[in-house]
Amino acid sequence: MCFTQNFSQYLVIGLANGFLYALIALGYTLVYGVLQLINFAHSEVFMSGGFAGYFVLQAVVGKQPHGVMSVVMIVLGIAAGALGGGLVAFLLERVAYRPLRRRKAPKLAFLISAIGASYFLYNLAGKEFGRTSLSVPYIFNGSNSGIAFTIFGAQVQTIYVIWAVAAIVLLVSLDRVVAKTKLGKGIRAVAEDAETASLMGVNIDRVISQAFVLGGLLGGAAGFLFGLNFGVVYTMGFTPALKAFTAAVLGGIGNLRGAMLGGLVLGVAESLPLSCVNPAWQDVIAFGILIVVLLFRPMGLLGERLGRSA
Amino acid sequence: MTAMLRLGGVDVRYGAIPALRGVDIEVREGEIVALLGANGAGKTTTLRTISGLVRPAKGYVALDGKRIDQVSPHRIVALGIGHVPEGRRIFPRMTVLENLEIGAYRRRGDLRSDLQHIFGLFPILEQRREQNGGTLSGGEQQMLAIGRALMSRPQLLLLDEPSMGLAPLVVEAIFDIIERIRDEGTTILLVEQNAAQALQLADRGYVLENGSVVMADDAEALLGDERVRVAYLGEGAA
Repeated sequence: MCFTQNFSQYLVIGLANGFLYALIALGYTLVYGVLQLINFAHSEVFMSGGFAGYFVLQAVVGKQPHGVMSVVMIVLGIAAGALGGGLVAFLLERVAYRPLRRRKAPKLAFLISAIGASYFLYNLAGKEFGRTSLSVPYIFNGSNSGIAFTIFGAQVQTIYVIWAVAAIVLLVSLDRVVAKTKLGKGIRAVAEDAETASLMGVNIDRVISQAFVLGGLLGGAAGFLFGLNFGVVYTMGFTPALKAFTAAVLGGIGNLRGAMLGGLVLGVAESLPLSCVNPAWQDVIAFGILIVVLLFRPMGLLGERLGRSA
Repeated sequence: MTAMLRLGGVDVRYGAIPALRGVDIEVREGEIVALLGANGAGKTTTLRTISGLVRPAKGYVALDGKRIDQVSPHRIVALGIGHVPEGRRIFPRMTVLENLEIGAYRRRGDLRSDLQHIFGLFPILEQRREQNGGTLSGGEQQMLAIGRALMSRPQLLLLDEPSMGLAPLVVEAIFDIIERIRDEGTTILLVEQNAAQALQLADRGYVLENGSVVMADDAEALLGDERVRVAYLGEGAA
């Protein structure tokens, strides 16, 4: 029976995936806000976070942590993933974007540069770390995918709880940073009118770099959280990042809360139909949504907010 | 008195098109200097060159005897030049308060006394402090743009067409405030289409035509000058 059988189970899975999409989507939307460009190498920021978390946990996890130690390991993994993602995003901006900006290159050049950087990074990862998926050490009672509790007939995996809690903390933190801090005001000012921001003493280059790093921190953390469940491999960024891009467009590219909402909506929208169709449809549905949004509501659910007024 | 700001032989080109040709301008401490001219004469380009948004192809810009023509805009703000751009360019989706805070981006420390000062000059901004900049009227936006530039505590304030698109009463209020800002110790370089009003306020003036300075004199002398009266004050030939 469509949409009734296992409805709550698919809703839970959709929301859980949605939280990760939201974290990744913010990276796209932050960079778009200040540069009006899609950073198509963001998938590799995500992948880098996955590997950074993997290696740090590999180095420190002893025998089957549980209780408080599990939480410590999660926080450590998230921090490592975030730092890895932030660092790669920072370098990407320096190497693949800034030189083009200096030369006032056309937008197409940035796109090609980003795709080139993406290929470079994931092939480098494939060469260095192997082409097979690596399992992140178990940090939760001998498993990373145990069942935490059951609600309305839906089994909620421990990993989903971790994703949700971590994502909510990170999303709320980012929202506050952008709304309240000097850094956030600089990002918003550059997004609204970069030239005038520079007349106010805002260093545009630095703000652009900060936007990349902020997005990288979240994307990298998401990479670790994803790897915790699915393992890490050099190609891991491709599909989740493309979906997160869809989520950013769905929410309204450039709009931070739109990216958060878009992530959750996309996660649920691609998951719910699986209660009546073959799971192979999942990606087809997700990217079908991208096409439909681009055709009928290109400004997304919440419209473009961070970006220009015109 | 020595010049606070000096432009010497400044050439600016947009691609192959010359926008400024050999422009010499100086602004002394405590002055109000008016920059007059028709549309496209190079007034805005002159201000943008001073602020570092445009690099001169030739010549120099010096502030307090130090060249600034290769310095980035955000550093020039820190050196003491505030710029109220043409069309106000406030941040429409940031609140009035946030717009003012961005004006003080280069500074550290407490902004309360600065905010109080700005709200003293423009009480309406205090009432609107939590409103988005985009919801203000044109006159209020101009006040916000001036207040925002003052938040950097500039020694020199560049004002680009502060009267543009505003009702006469509002223009008068803005000009009163400009005078007050000067009296409080900020030097002012004012670009205006409204030549009569600008010259009444200014100490000296420059007239630009096709990117060159064609006249430079005391404001009073310019006000009395036949050519200025005909070309910029809308009076028929006597």
